[in-house]
Amino acid sequence: MAEEMSRRPYHREVPKARWVLDHARYMRYMAREATCLFIGAYTLLLVVGIGRLAAGRAEYEAFLDALRSPLSIAFHLVALGFAVYHSVTWFNLTPKALPVQVGEEFLPDRVISGAHYAVWGLLSLAVLFLAGVF
Amino acid sequence: MATSNKPLVWGPFAAGGTITAFLTPALIVLTLLVALGYTPELLAYERLHAFASHWLAKLAIVAVVFLSLWSAAHRLRISCYDLGVRADTLVATIVYVIAGIGTLAVAAWLWGI
Repeated sequence: MAEEMSRRPYHREVPKARWVLDHARYMRYMAREATCLFIGAYTLLLVVGIGRLAAGRAEYEAFLDALRSPLSIAFHLVALGFAVYHSVTWFNLTPKALPVQVGEEFLPDRVISGAHYAVWGLLSLAVLFLAGVF
Repeated sequence: MATSNKPLVWGPFAAGGTITAFLTPALIVLTLLVALGYTPELLAYERLHAFASHWLAKLAIVAVVFLSLWSAAHRLRISCYDLGVRADTLVATIVYVIAGIGTLAVAAWLWGI
């Protein structure tokens, strides 16, 4: 059907994966999407930890010991960087996803993002405090 | 009526994106401290075992694990498509099944605590 038509629309060639490198904006987009690898991997690590906790004291303490390696420290630091990048990009998008109208006006973007940043900070401190870090 | 499974897939993704944005960095700091040789009190065996014994904590852990894994899985699926992997049904099945297995595993293990 389509082949019989005389007009042949122009299809721009898009390289399969190399397009990411064409523009800084695309690279930032992919960096944001890549955060899922680290958040996913870290959550699977937590899943394993819960499994070791359920298995018993010796198994759980062996799990904690296994975390104390240079490779694990490196993984945690990289994962922390990506997780924070996810939080920042996610909260910067909240004014688009949750516009708040007050009367005739919309709340400025920075108020909505700022509220999320504030809650994020307080919640993180609460988690660390309840876990007994300080 | 047109039906779509998009809200079912996207809802947990949005919820998971939000919960990981709020929670994951702090959780990583906790296990980073373990890795550095300083174990926070809550992560000692007795304390964490007692914490995970409460039904509300079990529910919260399963919810956080499910939403985190699901949103990561969904993002990975979309990124695979973006990078030219067009076997979307296969990719979607693999990543969502992994998220499901992780969630079920945590639920089963917590059940036994």
